[in-house]
Amino acid sequence: MEIFLVGWVAATLRVATPLIFGTLGELFSERSGVLNLGIEGTMFLGAFIGFTVASKSGSLWLGFFTAVLVGMLSGWLMALLAVRLGVNQHVAGLGMTLLWTGFSLFGFRLIFGEPKVPPSITPFQSLSILPDSTFLGPVINQHGLTYVAFLLIPLTGWVLHRTRFGLNVRAVGENPEAADAAGLDVYQIRTLALMIGGGLMAGGGAFLSLAQLGAFTYGIVAGRGWVCIALIIFANWRAVGVLWGALIFGGVAALQLRLQTMGLQLPYELFLALPYLVTILALIIAGRNASAPAALLKAYRRE
Amino acid sequence: MVKFRLERVSAPLWFRPLIPLIALLVTFLLTTLLVLWAGADPLKVYYYFLIAPLSSRVALIEVLVKSTPLLLTGASVAFAFSAGYWNIGAEGQLYAGAMAGAWLGMFLGGVSPVAGIPLMMAGGFLAGAVWAFGPAILKTRLNVDEVVTTLLLNSVILFLVSYLLNGPWRSPVSMWPQSPEIAQGAHYFRLLPRARLHFGFVVGLAVIVIEWFVLQHTPLGLRMRAVGLGKKAAQFAGLNVNRTMLVAALISGGIAGLAGVGEVAGIHFHLIESISDGLGYSGIIIATLGGLHPFGVGLAAFFIGLIDTGAQSLSRALGVPVYLGTVVQAILLLVTLSLFVLQNYRLRRA
Repeated sequence: MEIFLVGWVAATLRVATPLIFGTLGELFSERSGVLNLGIEGTMFLGAFIGFTVASKSGSLWLGFFTAVLVGMLSGWLMALLAVRLGVNQHVAGLGMTLLWTGFSLFGFRLIFGEPKVPPSITPFQSLSILPDSTFLGPVINQHGLTYVAFLLIPLTGWVLHRTRFGLNVRAVGENPEAADAAGLDVYQIRTLALMIGGGLMAGGGAFLSLAQLGAFTYGIVAGRGWVCIALIIFANWRAVGVLWGALIFGGVAALQLRLQTMGLQLPYELFLALPYLVTILALIIAGRNASAPAALLKAYRRE
Repeated sequence: MVKFRLERVSAPLWFRPLIPLIALLVTFLLTTLLVLWAGADPLKVYYYFLIAPLSSRVALIEVLVKSTPLLLTGASVAFAFSAGYWNIGAEGQLYAGAMAGAWLGMFLGGVSPVAGIPLMMAGGFLAGAVWAFGPAILKTRLNVDEVVTTLLLNSVILFLVSYLLNGPWRSPVSMWPQSPEIAQGAHYFRLLPRARLHFGFVVGLAVIVIEWFVLQHTPLGLRMRAVGLGKKAAQFAGLNVNRTMLVAALISGGIAGLAGVGEVAGIHFHLIESISDGLGYSGIIIATLGGLHPFGVGLAAFFIGLIDTGAQSLSRALGVPVYLGTVVQAILLLVTLSLFVLQNYRLRRA
């Protein structure tokens, strides 16, 4: 039983890592007033760029940081469309997802062809802080990026609530007219927020290919971006909520995986669908109390 | 340095019809970079995208087959968007219709197609509407944002389909994750000999025409367009905004459900997990490209069918990865969205 629990907790932290990256990225975007449905595609792009650069250069970290950089470019493009031009945010976001999905698969096919055995790299190894044989070894010995993800939660909370930049982001997300009148550059702040967000999303995708799989596959993101959209609501647009949301979702996903490998016959799809249904329930209960940024989905036009 | 600034002016009337053409030109200029990366000749690539699918009977029929579900998902999305209801859930509603079709089809053994086909269509429409009902009622009663709820339900129904196909519905014959074959009486009939173009294409065209009639010539359509233009103004004018959105959402879901029925009854004859693979999301592209007008949607669906077919022959003939088709669609969407906004600006010397 203890072994089961320890394994479960360890897997939960691993599963939660890309979700934390993605959800914090979406948090920056939405707090500035832009719903970025490009998240699913941006994570996919991050997984592709991370894997390709790491595979060609031999450096996992170079792959990771290139992915983050490209993710920021993706955020900039989203800002060009949804902020500067002010086009419909959800259509633009879905368009971005389609663009990066198609682009990544196109590029992957061109660079790696269609080999029988999919190309792979030696992924990031877990840190060895404690010997694996010790009781808590598997829980403590996580990937470095998992530690980064969990540290990013308080950091994001601090940036959004304790810095001038974070105050500006929240101001343009709540009331862009007032922020503009107070002398803030709404376009610039939203663009920055989307770029930070895009970098985080791509980082989450790169974790999947560089740490979790050591490969890039068609189904590598498999709707995790949409899970992040759900987690934002679950988290009520607060960084600390992201922690609980990602842990609960990661916990459920890890549990169903473990029960499945133990040979238990479960309608595991029910487990997987549960977080989505709980999110919708959370939306209903929160109702008008939900603290969604007031200007979310509203393009700002300076007259 | 000469400085420019943007000035807000309304585009002249003659400009609007040009937008799709300009968008196409810009899109192809942008994708040229990818084509060159793939080491192919851009002119040849555009030939395969635009001309080749139209130049042989077989290819043209394939374009129509590909357009069939797109006509319906495009019409579904355009209908909801026209009333200002942002239904992102056509993908899920399509699956609901496909599930209903596959389920009903199992019991229609010995039934004549004259009874079987209408029954399946009614069932698919209803299932799509049912799947659209939750988000619609949440939006109109509790003001819960429909973008997120419809999007999330797309994932939920995929799990439901996966459960059914790996469990209760798994075909006892093949053991693949697919439902049992539907009865003969539930097959859509073929429109042409030796080609898989089926009755669903007629359904698609009919829905486009009906949608145009409803939007332009009925009180419901008038209310929908008024709500779509501005909810507050429609409210002041005494319209029941919530009721109008609810009706639009349910019909939109039903139309997407019909697309699912068509794929089951006309192409696959059973339910598989990848039966849609993004047709519902393509509907959002098509509705946008078509400017939410039913006839525009029809043209856009045909065009996306063309690109899909072209991408396939392109990858066979020139070895350019088939995903170029997806990229072209995405860029076309983003460029068109931008042009819709930019048409109202003019570059002036400051």
